[in-house]
Amino acid sequence: MLRSSQPLTGPNRRRCREDEVLLATVLDEGERGFVIDTRSAQAAKQARMSGGGTEPKASYPHWRRLHRPLERGRPLQESFIKLVEACNDTSITMDRWLSRLESCRWLSHVKAALSTACLAAQCLDREEANVLVHGPEGTDTTLLVTALAQVILEPSCRTLTGFQGLLEREWIQAGHPFHLRCARSAYSHARLKQEAPLFALFLDCVWQLGRQFPFSLEFSERLLLALFDNAYASAYGTFLCNNERERCLCKVKENTHSLWAWLNQPAERKKYLNPLYSPNALVIWPSVEPQSIQLWQGLFLRWVRSSQYLDEAWAETQRLVEG
Amino acid sequence: MEHIRMPKVENVRLLDRLSSRKAALGTLYLTATHVIFVENGSETRKEIWVLHSQISSIEKQATTATGCPLLIRCKNFQVIQLVIPQERDCHDVYISLIRLARPVRYEELYCFSFNPKLDKEEREQGWRLVDLNEEYNRMGIPNSYWQISDVNRDYGVCDSYPTEVYVPKSATAHIIVGSSKFRSRRRFPALSYYCKDNNASICRSSQPLSGFSARCLEDEQMLQAIRKANPGSDFIYVVDTRPKLNAMANRAAGKGYENEDNYSNIKFQFIGIENIHVMRNSLQKMLEVCELKSPSMSDFLWGLENSGWLKHIKAIMDAGVFIAKAVAEEGVSVLVHCSDGWDRTAQVCSVASLLLDSYYRTMKGFMVLIEKDWVSFGHKFNHRYGNLDGDPKEISPVIDQFIECVWQLMEQFPCAFEFNERFLIHVQHHIYSCQFGNFLCNSQKERRELKVQERTYSLWAHLWKHRADYLNPLYRSDHSRTQGTLHPRVAPCNFLYKFWSGMYNRFEKGLHPRQSVTDYLMAVKEETQQLEEELEILGERLANLQKSQLSDTKIEGKQQDRSKQPGLSASNNSLANTPQEYSSDLKSFPSRSPSQGDEEDSALILTQDNLKSSDPDLSANSDQESGVEDLSCRSPSVGGCLPSEDSGKDSDEAVFLA
Repeated sequence: MLRSSQPLTGPNRRRCREDEVLLATVLDEGERGFVIDTRSAQAAKQARMSGGGTEPKASYPHWRRLHRPLERGRPLQESFIKLVEACNDTSITMDRWLSRLESCRWLSHVKAALSTACLAAQCLDREEANVLVHGPEGTDTTLLVTALAQVILEPSCRTLTGFQGLLEREWIQAGHPFHLRCARSAYSHARLKQEAPLFALFLDCVWQLGRQFPFSLEFSERLLLALFDNAYASAYGTFLCNNERERCLCKVKENTHSLWAWLNQPAERKKYLNPLYSPNALVIWPSVEPQSIQLWQGLFLRWVRSSQYLDEAWAETQRLVEG
Repeated sequence: MEHIRMPKVENVRLLDRLSSRKAALGTLYLTATHVIFVENGSETRKEIWVLHSQISSIEKQATTATGCPLLIRCKNFQVIQLVIPQERDCHDVYISLIRLARPVRYEELYCFSFNPKLDKEEREQGWRLVDLNEEYNRMGIPNSYWQISDVNRDYGVCDSYPTEVYVPKSATAHIIVGSSKFRSRRRFPALSYYCKDNNASICRSSQPLSGFSARCLEDEQMLQAIRKANPGSDFIYVVDTRPKLNAMANRAAGKGYENEDNYSNIKFQFIGIENIHVMRNSLQKMLEVCELKSPSMSDFLWGLENSGWLKHIKAIMDAGVFIAKAVAEEGVSVLVHCSDGWDRTAQVCSVASLLLDSYYRTMKGFMVLIEKDWVSFGHKFNHRYGNLDGDPKEISPVIDQFIECVWQLMEQFPCAFEFNERFLIHVQHHIYSCQFGNFLCNSQKERRELKVQERTYSLWAHLWKHRADYLNPLYRSDHSRTQGTLHPRVAPCNFLYKFWSGMYNRFEKGLHPRQSVTDYLMAVKEETQQLEEELEILGERLANLQKSQLSDTKIEGKQQDRSKQPGLSASNNSLANTPQEYSSDLKSFPSRSPSQGDEEDSALILTQDNLKSSDPDLSANSDQESGVEDLSCRSPSVGGCLPSEDSGKDSDEAVFLA
């Protein structure tokens, strides 16, 4: 599985020999590949006007292009804000709640993200084909898809350590602009143009996987919530800046502590473990039917309703398993 | 058997709901009690058994090139899509099923032929498992405020009430009879639940025949008697569970509700739960949403909201909470009624009781609750759930809603119930299945006339026998949560109500979490228990060994030990090490790999006393990997469902090959 940003085809249908050779060498004799473009076909076409575009079939003969539009940017942030507002709204009656939930579109985005990740996983696992994932910039929906696909496919990404490695690789090192994307969160009045909750969407999708496969993730919901918190505001330098270059310039490694170092201390670590975990060497294919995708209460209702009884159940589960 | 035109049809295809490409080929059988589909070929031999009582509707669809489709919808939400090659055969099957699914006599029902091979004594014992007299005794009755009355001993006062009713001490037979004449269907106020801590009670009745201005002294005295039975309060609540408009409309028909001016010391309250027709339509709409092929999130949420189903569930729950609060926090007695006092009244009284008393959250207690508030108080099982062919306007998912309220509570309070989701699903299943005699007819009187207890078996005994499958591993009877009143959040709490896919998509295994945490934890619990017991035994053995080593019978002791447990060394050192092994053994549990996915939902829905299950076995369809269905076989939900704006249209089919 590869990831990139969009090819700069532009309105004049530019070609780039090197890029074509690169993609051609990825494929072995007789193999084919899929390009999963996280923009709609129309959006991808329109991107040409501003210098971007798509891989023309003629130049990339063994690659087939699939479009799976995923929301990003301002609309995704709006969706997030709307959902948080809906969860906090005490005046909604039961006969309006579901349509309000629907109008936020957040769950639709979760469904779309999971579906696309499953598609990528399916290409690799079932079709044994190579996959190239990209959106416009390669820093948002691209990473969402590649990271999720790996959680689905790869058992080692489901361990606590492996998951941290995945985050380092597919989000931090890959250059997701955390500083811009996780700036103010849902309550802020400042509607920043660059803010978008891709990472929160990713964590939501991982939570959905954990709900459907309660034995297959080594970490619990608590870790996901801690990651969410730290992406926005952290005592650690792990999520600072927008890419490796900026982190080097700011000397982040010299001046701050790593979140992973703290998380992995034995006393801390066990708080984030899932007592039901049992290594599952197989691929976990989630159901993306609407009934299977639920509102992540742990995140969205965190401050709205008491988790007392659920915490109790979790503690009891731990007690039973650990004896 | 005379209704069966075609007992056997071959080459029938059973379609998978989500993927029309996947179909099983097999043979369809019609027997006097079941429809059976047996898949052809090899080892799997998937079988589906459906009791005729479970069939809700049959739809014959237009014949296509592949055959004549027949859609069977069941009351337990199973949907079976068959394709029968010959149109004539399909028609015969259709006609037969229509007749078989609408019996005219009780004797046609399965419970009268079901034979679990128990002797007479066991059958009778099964029926005695739930004893309502014992239950009222447990509540603390009879006492100085409440007594048992035999005024209805021959069903002379009210034929839908039981022979034994509990009434306030100061309610004489004269008052009861007078009150019954002023109540719809003669259903006079009677005790449902008594709280001995504060003497508050929940009573139930039907609507008074008050019209615009009628009064009845005895009925007013009856309510006073209820008030006097609770010295801690100087008034009672009268809760009408109907919407105000409906109740007012009833006044024009000579019925209505209690006027606060006429009844001294009552506080009247409307709750606003809709009637059986609204509920029937609501369920219908929700099931239509469930039948959508690969709906978007929008379709689903809009459809669910449109059906209004969760709104109704919440309304019932809110009513239960109001009553529970009145009893537990205010110490005030409540009289509950709707129109006839056998639908919404039953729902609301049982939800309130469940919230108030932790006994009803145990398995046995729950059975008692249903026997008390539903069975004994004359909920019209036959009319509501269609045991026999009847008026379709009487059909309504009343008890289903109650059962769902219980599930919603279980989701909010995971440690508070002794039983698990599977228990609720099986209870619902058997209310419709008519495999057992508990839920036949419309009243106790009818059941006795039919001699149900002499001729059929009790569901409760059956479930009790298999109770190990129905336990909630997180339940602890000594847990603080399980004692006392549950306080479900009343507002804001819309988000706490979830769609119950375990019930309404029960047979679509692909939708549910692949691995059952409940089963796993139960297995861990059992294993822990067994190991602890073994540890105890071995501890004793060690102690004995140490004792015998001190005496001269040392050699004898060793020999005895060896013969009992050949693998166990008689030396002290190895025995001292074993506890450590046990703890690591626990960690390597379970032996059943989670990647095998769900077990059969139930071999316990027995149609014979073997393992034929009415649940479709999807293990044959599921991917060997992670016990999960192959995503490509459900192509609509992945890839295909998202609108692809490719002008090329080359993408979708490429990836999702059959």
